Order: sequence, then structure tokens, then C-alpha cells
Amino acid sequence: MPDPLILDGVGVRYGGVIALCDVSLTVEPGQTLGLIGPNGAGKTTLINATTGIAPLATGTISLGALRLNGLPAHRIARAGIARTYQNIRLFGALDVRTNLAAGAYAQPGTLSDDAARALLERAGVPHLALDALASALPYGDQRRLEIARALAAHPSILMLDEPAAGMNPTETARLVETIRTLARDGIGILLIEHDMTLVRAACDNVVVLNFGEVLARGTPAEIARNPAVIEAYLGTIEEIA
Amino acid sequence: MNVLVDFYGHHSRLIDQIGINALLALSLSVSLQAGQLALAQAAFAGIAAYVSAIASMQYHWPLAASILLAVLCSTLVAALLAYPVRKLRGIFLAIATVGFGEIVRVVVNNLSITGGAEGLSGIPNDVTTPIIYGALALVAVALYLLSRTKFALAVALTREDEAAARGVGVDVGMVRFASLALGGAIAGLAGALYAHAFYFIAPGDFGFPRMEAILVWCVIGGVTSPIGAVAGAVFLSILPEAIRALADFREVTNGIILLVVILFAPSGLSALWRSRRPPVTRDA
Repeated sequence: MPDPLILDGVGVRYGGVIALCDVSLTVEPGQTLGLIGPNGAGKTTLINATTGIAPLATGTISLGALRLNGLPAHRIARAGIARTYQNIRLFGALDVRTNLAAGAYAQPGTLSDDAARALLERAGVPHLALDALASALPYGDQRRLEIARALAAHPSILMLDEPAAGMNPTETARLVETIRTLARDGIGILLIEHDMTLVRAACDNVVVLNFGEVLARGTPAEIARNPAVIEAYLGTIEEIA
Repeated sequence: MNVLVDFYGHHSRLIDQIGINALLALSLSVSLQAGQLALAQAAFAGIAAYVSAIASMQYHWPLAASILLAVLCSTLVAALLAYPVRKLRGIFLAIATVGFGEIVRVVVNNLSITGGAEGLSGIPNDVTTPIIYGALALVAVALYLLSRTKFALAVALTREDEAAARGVGVDVGMVRFASLALGGAIAGLAGALYAHAFYFIAPGDFGFPRMEAILVWCVIGGVTSPIGAVAGAVFLSILPEAIRALADFREVTNGIILLVVILFAPSGLSALWRSRRPPVTRDA
């Protein structure tokens, strides 16, 4: 069984700004944890802290028994934490094949074309040509390719930062299927998303962040009913009524 | 055959210079491929040139030992330089490394062991054309073998996006360090060969104009292509000789060619013959 990702009392400061304060959560293998909250709530900061980009002011982050905070970013990636980016960060000047090989960089051996195609299939873009330049792909395909690149690392934890941004409802529905399949394969998924339909369809549990603190946690249905969440994030009672 | 011998007789110095320039272009290309605009190659070459010249003139070391010592020194200096510039990128890295080059030039200009501004003359002239091109072939083969390893992937990823490269497990700091040190080794080899092929070296041989020329070769050939860098070095080494009437305006000619290439082929000449656009989907 793969290890869970455990954040315990995590705090991150940017100068005088408190971006995250005393955040604790666990991403279990095979489970999808949704992370929602208004813009600036600290969602992406949480991913950056986990992947070693943002240093912690307080708390610990570990993958099973392995302490992640304090390790350089490349060591954390090699430990089995893969991510996608809110603003897609593919290697745009390189082709699809090389982008996938990049994802598999820390794996032994080289990535075969068959393995590359299997990754594309898993991410829902089997039609992509391995020779195509990443930057030439349509936006939705770029998001999928980024997921395929993350999967190439055989991650135990996958962090998706607004993967449905810019997708139409059909594409979003297919993304839900992809995420569910990946979770069934045993990957622990942290999903940052604004699209509540997607969160409800894909997530087992949800953590709500507001001003860097955990506002609420529970199943998607519980979160949707929580008055504090509704006020902070979805809108005031008056606006909904 | 006689024609070839005759040609070599007339142009042997140019032919030697081209081989050394190709090595210098490769040394910068190693840094540029990792996305590092580190412009200290001329200084690395200078350090190695002086080390090998002094080793053979004052200590009577044999050629191979002098060159080996020189390459070790330039590699070591490049590796040491990598540490203070580890957080610098782009134009800031360029300025810092150019500054380092100037420090080296000024120091060499003022030491007595280096002959000061007058330089060193009477260096044993025991590097021949086959040695230079043998060294070039050796470096080319080594770089080719390196290009087939995972390190080459790490280099390309570091160039494209350092943060995303870290995100897939690339030790970006190590890649930058290795590319600088390797560039220092190749530049050092070029410098040591230069000293022993041309009898005479002076601080001005390794100053900013030389560094600028190396950069122009790489930019014209294509900054991410070692073959392009060599082609650029060969082309621009021959050009002033081919148009001797313009020889007084070499720098101007270089500048104009650089401008034309940047305007019309910003990825370098080597990109022109591989600028096909593959289809996006498999069965389209």
C-alpha cells in the first residue's frame, strides 16, 4: 500500500503575509481530496509548500515516514509527488514524447514509445502525436498532457491545480472519469478546483481554505450545506436565496 | 595532392585557428544548452593558456602534462565560479561572468609570471593541426555520447523551465554546475592548444572581444545546437579571410551578420533546416 501524504500544522509566510496558517490534512492513497476556497485562500501555496517551492514557517509535511519539508524540490518529486500547474507548465519547445520522458526522468531506463502512448491513453489523450510540439497543442490537450507527464513519474500522490480550467462541460466530464480511474489505481489525489460539479463528482472529501486557514472539512455534500462555506466561498445566503 | 599541401601551407594558421574556435564554440554551447548565459569561456581559455605555457616554459613539463594541468585548472576555476553565481540567471549571470572575465584579464595583465601586458612569447610550438583536430574530434565524440544519456534530457529541461524541471526530479543546481564545469574544461583545452600552436599569448587574446566572438558564433549557428555552434565558428573564422578587403571591419561585419541572423533566423542557422512543423494528432 502506498503512503499517505500528511500535512501537520503547516504555515507559510510570504514576508509579512500569512499565506497558510496551521493547515493539517491527509491525502490517502486511492482517495481524492478536494481543496477549495476563494482566490488567494492559499490553495496553490499548499501545493508549492508540499513540492518544496515555498518554505514552511511552521509544521511538517511527510509522505508516510519520509519527512518532505526541508528537502529540495527535485528530491520531493523523486519521492513520488507529482503535480500539474494552474498555468500549464509544459516544456513547450519540446515534443510530446520528450515531455513524457521528462515526467519519467527519475524512473530507471528510458521511456518507450509504447509506454508513452499508454500514458496518453491514461490521461485521456490517446490521439496525440508523439512528435507534436507541446506548445502547438490545443489548450485542453495541453492540460491532459501535463497530467500524462505527471503520471509518467508513477506518483503515489498527484496534485492537480485547477485541471478543468478552460475546459467545456464534456471535457470536464471526461476529466472526472480520468480522476476516478487514477484514484482506483491507488494514487492519492489532491484536487484544487473551482468547479463544484467536478468536485462533487470526483472527490471523496473536501477541505475548504479561507485566508490561509481551514474553514471546513467533510464530504462534498456536507461542504455544500455548510453555512460558513456558503458565505465565504459560494456567496452569501441572500445571494443564493 | 599537391594542391592540398599547397593550400595547407598557405592557410595552416587559419586552419588551426578554426579548430580552436570550434572548441571554444562548443564550450559555450554546453552552457547555452542548459539555458545558462555564462560568458566566461574566453577567461577559462586564457587561464588554461597561461597555465600550460608557464608549465612548459618555466617548469619544462611535457606537452601532454601541461595541457592536462591547464584543463584541470580551468575546470576547477569554472566549478568554483559556479558557486557564487548559482542564483543568477539570464542577463545577471551574463554580467557577472563577463565581470569575472575582466578580473582574469586585469590580473593576468599585472602579474610578472604571466609577462604582464606584453604576454608570453616563445611557448614551445608543439601543437600541430592533427593534435587540434584530434582534440576537437575527441570532444565532439564525448559530447555526442553525453547527448545520448539522461543528463542531456536534464540539460534540455533545465533550459526550458527550471521550476518544471525540478518538479519532475531534475537536480537543476547540479545540471548548472556540471554545464559550467564542462564548459570550463573544453574552453581550457582550447586555450592550452592555442598557447602551444601560436607561440605567443597576451591578456588581450582572452578579453571581452574574444568572448563576444564566441557568443556570436553560437548565436549564428543556433544556441541550442552544438553542430550549429561549430558551423558558426567555422563560418565566421573563414569569412574575414574570404573577404580580406573588409578585414579592417571584422567586428562591424560580425555585428551586421549577428543582426541579420537575429532578425531573420532568431533560432540560428541550424534551425533553418529543421524547422518543420509536425502534426499535432497521430492520424491527422
